This record gives sequence, C-alpha cells and structure tokens, in this order.
Amino acid sequence: MKQIKGTNDFVVKFANVNGSGSASANHLFAKAIFRMGIPVSPRNIFPSNIQGLPTWYEVRVSSKGYLGRRGGVDLMVCVNPQTMEQDIAEIEPGGYFVYDDTKPLAPHLKRDDITYLGIPLTEMCMREFKVPRLQQLLKNVVYVGAMAALLDIRFSILKDLLNDQFKGKEKLIHPNVRALEMGFQYATENFSCPLPIRLEMGGNDAPHIKESNHILMNGNTAAALGAIYGGATVAAWYPITPSTSVIDAFSKYAQRMRIDPGTGKKNFAILQAEDEIAAMGIVVGAGWNGARAFTATSGPGLSLMSEFLGLAYFAEVPVVLIDVQRSGPSTGMPTRSQQSDILAAAYASHGDTKHMLLFPATPRECFDMTVQAFDLAERFQTPIIIMSDLDLGMNDVMSPPLEWDDDYEMDRGKVLDAEALDTVEKFGRYLDVDGDGICYRTLPGTHPDKGAFFTRGSSKNEMAIYSERGEDYVQNVDRLLRKFETAKSYVPEPKTHPPIEVKKPKTRKKLGALFFGTSASPAYEAVETLAEEGYPIDTMRIRAFPFHKSLDDFIHEHDAVFVIEQNRDGQMRQLIMNECHVSPDKLTSVLNYSGIPITARTIASQIRQALDIESANVVKLHPESV
Amino acid sequence: MSYFKPKFRHPRLPVNALGYTVADYDGAISTLCAGCGHDSISTAIRNACFLSSIQPHRIAKLSGIGCSSKTPTYFLGRSHGFNSVHGRMPSVATGASVANRDLIYIGVSGDGDTASIGMGQFIHLIRRNVNMTYIVANNGCYGLTKGQDSATADLGSISKYGSPTPFEGIDLASLALLQGASFVARSFSGDKEQLEPLIRAAMAHQGFAFIDIVSPCVTFANHVGSTKSYAATRAHLEAMPIDFVPMREEIRTQYDPGTTQAITLHDGSVIHLHKASDSHQTDDRNKALMTMQAAREENKILTGLLYLDPNTQDLNHTIELATRPLNSLGKDELCPGSRVLNSINEGLR
Repeated sequence: MKQIKGTNDFVVKFANVNGSGSASANHLFAKAIFRMGIPVSPRNIFPSNIQGLPTWYEVRVSSKGYLGRRGGVDLMVCVNPQTMEQDIAEIEPGGYFVYDDTKPLAPHLKRDDITYLGIPLTEMCMREFKVPRLQQLLKNVVYVGAMAALLDIRFSILKDLLNDQFKGKEKLIHPNVRALEMGFQYATENFSCPLPIRLEMGGNDAPHIKESNHILMNGNTAAALGAIYGGATVAAWYPITPSTSVIDAFSKYAQRMRIDPGTGKKNFAILQAEDEIAAMGIVVGAGWNGARAFTATSGPGLSLMSEFLGLAYFAEVPVVLIDVQRSGPSTGMPTRSQQSDILAAAYASHGDTKHMLLFPATPRECFDMTVQAFDLAERFQTPIIIMSDLDLGMNDVMSPPLEWDDDYEMDRGKVLDAEALDTVEKFGRYLDVDGDGICYRTLPGTHPDKGAFFTRGSSKNEMAIYSERGEDYVQNVDRLLRKFETAKSYVPEPKTHPPIEVKKPKTRKKLGALFFGTSASPAYEAVETLAEEGYPIDTMRIRAFPFHKSLDDFIHEHDAVFVIEQNRDGQMRQLIMNECHVSPDKLTSVLNYSGIPITARTIASQIRQALDIESANVVKLHPESV
Repeated sequence: MSYFKPKFRHPRLPVNALGYTVADYDGAISTLCAGCGHDSISTAIRNACFLSSIQPHRIAKLSGIGCSSKTPTYFLGRSHGFNSVHGRMPSVATGASVANRDLIYIGVSGDGDTASIGMGQFIHLIRRNVNMTYIVANNGCYGLTKGQDSATADLGSISKYGSPTPFEGIDLASLALLQGASFVARSFSGDKEQLEPLIRAAMAHQGFAFIDIVSPCVTFANHVGSTKSYAATRAHLEAMPIDFVPMREEIRTQYDPGTTQAITLHDGSVIHLHKASDSHQTDDRNKALMTMQAAREENKILTGLLYLDPNTQDLNHTIELATRPLNSLGKDELCPGSRVLNSINEGLR
C-alpha cells in the first residue's frame, strides 16, 4: 500500500465528542506545531451544543504558508464512535487512522488503502488515573502524546505549553505530562515513528510569515483589542454565537486597561441588552452623545438592528457594528461559518440606505479595521459594519503581529465644540459647508445658546427643522450619496499582488479572481495551483464597500473574473453588479455555502469547470460537509 | 412645518436664578391638535425646568414615535433632542446616559410607544434604573394613525369607532412599581399645580423616575364613554397635592404634620406630599401598590407621587462608571499604547 508522504505539509483532523475536554488538547497540538515555526491553521468545526454531539478539529500544516482549508484529510484521529464510519471514509487514500482500540474495530470499518494505528486510550487511562473525570479528559492528552511521536513534535515544546496552560494550577501539570508520556511511549513502542508524514522544526518556506514573526490568535479577540485601542467606551450587545467572544474579550481587556487610576472606577460601560434592537439603540444613543460605541452580533441580530441602522444612517450617528457571520436564521447553523450577510448589511434598513462595510481577512486586519471603523464612523457620522465570520472570529489564525503607532490620533470628525460654535455665524446640522457631503455636528450639552438641534429620521431640512417638503428630502438623500462617494477614498483599498509568472500559459484569456475575508487564503492557494497548471489568474482582495475605483478597472482589464465567496447567491457578485459599471457576464461565481469554510480544492475545481479544463493532477474531491 | 415663535419678549418677564426667563425654555410652536393634553405637559416641562433653574443645554430630550414623541420639539429649544424609533427610546436614552452622565435626560413617550411596541424596552429601562425622567402622555389611543385603541385603553372604554375596548388596560404605573422603579407617579395633564412639582422632583431624583400622565386626546378619545376624556378624568380624579422645594430655597410654608410627609432627595431638595389616606405610604412599595389597586377598583384615578425611594442606586452606580463622562475621554485615557500591545503579541506566540 502506498502511504502519503510529506514533511510539513498535511491535514490532520480530530473527531471528538463535544464537551469531552478535547478542545484544549487539540489546541495544545496545534500550538506546538506553531511553536516549531511551521505555518499551521487549526479550525474548530463544532455543533451548537454544550455536550454530546460530534465535534471536529482540523489542522492544516503547510510549509508554503497556506492557511486556508485545503480539502481532504491525511491523518484522522477519531475518539468518537458516533462518527467513525464517516471519518474513515473521509481519509485520503494512503492516509492514516488513529483511534481508540480498547474495543476492536467493527469489520465494516476496514479500508485496505489506509494505515490503522490503534491505541488503547480508554484502557490506558483507566489503568493510570483514579479520578473518573481525569480518566476521561486525559485520553485527549494521551493521543496528543502519541501524535508527538508519530509526527515528530518536539516533546519539550508540549511540556512548556502545559506549564503555561496550568500556571497557578500546578497540581494538574503532572497528570497531563504523564498522559503525554504514555501516548508518546505507546506510539514509539508499537509503531514505526515518525510516519512518512511528519514535521520538521522551522519548516517555513513562506517569506511573508517568516519575516513578520506571526502570532496565533482569533479574530474576535483581535477585534475586541481594536475596540480598546480605537477608544470604544460603550459596548452594548446581546449574546449570539459566533460574536459573543468579541464582547467577552473586550470586557476582559477593559477590566485590565480601562480602570480609572484615581478612583478605581470604570472608563467604559458594557451593557448586555434585552435584545439586539436595544443593543443597537444603546450604541446609537451613545454615539449621538459623542462616545465611541459598538456592538457585535451575527445575522439574526443584524436583521433586528436594521431599523436602527437606517435611523443612524439618516440621523447621521456614528455606529460600529462587528458582524461575525454565520449561516441562516432562527436555529440556523449558528456554529457554521458563511459570508452571507453581505447584501443584508450593505443595504440594511428601509428607504434608500447604503452602509460602509469593511472586510478583514486576518486577525491583524480585525484589529486594524476595528480601530479604523471608529475613525470612519465619526468622520462620516454613519454606521460602519465590520464583516468578519465564524471561521476568522472563533479560530486561532496565524497573523502578522498587532502593531500600534503611538502617534495615532483619533479622528473625531466634524464636531463643533463651544469655542468653535462661538465663531460660527450660522449653524445648520445638515448644511454641507465643505461640499463633501459631511456636515458639522454638535454634542448635547455643548453650548448654552448655540448648536442645539433636533435629531430625527428623514423629515428635516438642512437646519434640522421638521420638514416634509420633497425638495428637502431629495437634497438630504442626495447629499448622503455624496458623502458615500467621499468615503471611497477613506476606506481600505483593495489588495492586489504581482501576477504569478506562467511560462507557457494554456489560455489567452486574461483571468481575474475577486475575493474577500476568509475566502482569501484558499483563493490564493487555488490560484497558485492553477498557475502551475498553466492558467495565470490575477487577484484582487476586496477590503471595503463602497468599492474603490480600482475594482472597476480590475474587472474591465480582464476577460473573465471569478468572484469567490461563501454564500449561495453570490452576494458580493450582486453587490458589484449593482454598484459598478460592469457587465454581469464577466463575473462568474465560485461558491461554497455548506457552513464549513471553503477549500482551495473547491475553488480550483470550480474554476477548472468554468474554464472547461481537466485537472493536471487528478485530486479526489471530498464533500465539503463533515 | 413647525412655525417659529416670535422672538419678542416682555421686558419685565421674571427671571430664574440663572437669569433666564421662561421664554428661554420655549420650543417650536406645537403642531398637535388644539386642546391636546400633550401641550399642557410640554408647558409643565418647560415651567419645571425654568423654576428649577436648569441650564437648558444641560438637558437632553428623547422620544420614540407618536403624537407624544413629537412634543420634545415644542419645549426646550436650546436643548438637543432625539426623536428615535418607535418604542425604542429607552435604549437610546440608556446609551446617551452612560455616554455622558452629567446631563439631565427627559424621555417623552406615549401609551402606544411604551405599553405596546416598547414594552420590552420600558421594563428593561426600569430594571437598569437609568437616571432619567420618563413621561408617558397616556391617552389610551393611537393619535397619529387616527384613533385605534392602545394597550392602556381601559376595559369597556368606548373607542371612536363606538365599540367598547374588550381587553383589560395595562397599568404602566403598577408595572413600573412591580419592576422596582424608584420613583413612580401618576398625574393629569390638566393638573398643572401637581404636574410641575412632580416633574421637578422627578428631575431631581437620582435614578429612574416614571410619571404616567393621563393626557386626553381631544380628537379621538374625548367623547362620552371614553374613560380618558377630560370630563371622565376630572370626574374620577383623586389628586394628592405635592410641593417641591429645591435645595437652595428656604422652606417657608408650614405644613400640618398629620397629613403631609416630607422626603429629602439626593440633591437636598425636599418634597412635601399630601397623602390621600393614612394607609398610603410613599416609602413602602407594597402599600403603594395596594393603594393603587384599591383606587383602580373604586374607579378612581389616583394621582400624585405614589412611590419614592430616594436612596436608590442608578445604572451609573451599578456599573461603577467613572465620574468623568465617557464622551470626554481622549486617547491618553483610552489607548493602552504600543508597549502593552507588544506584550499581548508576546503572549500569542
């Protein structure tokens, strides 16, 4: 039998039972590879459940620095009998299956093209540990120990990580280290270690990762830090997966960094609202009153916030909303990732509304864009929606480190203080004095005689006096559009890369690919694969809406453009069709909407199909769903 | 369109401690129906702010949607106002209040805005004990959409369509009391003598202050058979008078200790209450509730300050908010800087 070989380039997947303590053991595994200096990207594929349902943890190792999902599994570690059959079926031919063989494997689970590596996890733990809870929990650590031997993970790194993890709970270190050793020893004695797939210290051929001394963190924590550094003082929210950890992290950092040194009191307010409507109402009230305020939510919350988003757009109140996207309404698939709120966010609310969106692709961008969102919200006096998703928000992602320029000054936008009001001859809240569509605002309580105005929706004139005149309405919404135009030069521009050189291209067509957020990593990988096959494709990563003019140019310069995204209806493609002067025929959707992040293989395969070409290397395509 | 009021002022208009005349607290001319109870409430708010010598720009006015929610345009033209969305003023007020704890917040809502679409937010506003005055101009009907019953319309009250209301009306004051509001009052838009001191006391109270004001709709609910008409309200009114003495004023009037009760507020102001009966105690939530239920059963509209806990802790206190308003903090107080971020990075490697 041919076994899969490869150093620092494979996919490992763990199949566990939710609530069995596997998460920290699996994290230990991924973090150890990260500490070995090898690009790694772990993903938690988990159910909406506290205990009992199947859960998976997929770890991509790639010395080339591909951080998206590849597709397929080379080594499966299965400690969940519920899913064993499908887990075995998912393994690539020549792959490996690590499992608990305390009980013998059912005959129908035997495949003759994979290597079975049975470890009596349950039996070993029952023998070694007395406390039932430890017997259960440490099974996970035993298999990590075995993996260390099988894949050649440096054992001292694992021990260091355990020491870090259990700082303050030293009693737990010993049994955990013991469990690691048991697994390591069992694998060494019973299998030929390491396997043909293995790790090697420092295996990193990706210059961009090497140079920047990457960190491993999740996007929600990064966004929360962005809110801290961006000067947010009011956070209002309603619990909803997968956005909850944004506020959890904000709360944690605020407790540490935002306590008034003199009084011990808080320079922040975090309010858990009764629903998402109230959460957004609180943000609108605080923004109106001049505090930097934000909320974090996901699809259903975005829907509930729509009315307020429209009011904030028309009343011109700064708002920052972090949308960590998931799949579907109601029960939906709250623990599954998608990029499917694009249209709902761009045009949220009734009447003529358009909102500014930012699309982070890395934790670093979650941080930077959240800081920027507060500046943009106050500069443009409007909601800014950060379009993250579960994949980026809740998984540990390798990212360039967070950076801070101590010379940064907040852009508080056009706010008139008492002194400025004294010099202003005529104050009108909605007068476009500078011609950029952005008017001057005042905060309540500023001046005894000047600058007070009444904030309302759309029935007003430039002086903020109640008006239902058509001319006043038209003038106002046209100005809002002018403001949106101005915003184009303020939002992050799209990212392009120099084209990959292809010696003998097999096509004369100029091909392009557009993508954003978490579709970017697998898209870059797919583009490199297709370039190797003779199909050069230029790329552009969209980072904001309103779109930069270069997006129009990019589409015009290419004969065919693939729009890669994670929803059914090609929402970004629709937004481009709506907002750019381009022929829809040029834009071909490349989609995945199973709730599990898109893979490089899927992208490459759909592009090949669209180009009507066969793959040079036939790869077995796996279903995206687990 | 709103009309601007003429700027002419009588030269001998009395001034308050700040040197403002009552006209300095005016808003735009009302566009509500002539005789609307809401206009009397606007006037009472204006007078209360004048009498208490509050700087107009230190007040923020908030409202939802409806006839009542239009009124903040018609008083305090030098204050910022926010006409938010239907039923959601409580959340906007909450956000505004934590952003700048130094301003005085007045919310004006209606029975539709509070008792129907905004019921959830109203209850949670009380639960959070946001430091504000919350007024419901309560007429039992939807005015702007032409007279449908609201959720506070009393059982059996005849609507403008001629049919009796088939459902029990929601009593917002009882609800507020049950949910733990620290200042609960009921009044009548036609009772200026009672309304002005109530509003002044509510604004001086540090915590959530609720005033449910019966405010007849002259167009859609002022006919015979409507329980919230001027005539019906006057016929069933049982008013408990109240006097408000601000902290800076010396108490001159002598009150009979048998029938009055004096309560000192957080800021040193004193309220003198004239009680409806001996059994009613303003500082006892259960007894206040019993008095209200008894009045309801007797078909009486009991008005006045029904319950007060002057020592309540408002939201700012509960969440341990620093004294300096959040909206005044800058980069130095808010940005931890690069050194801290670098150490966070280190922890992520």
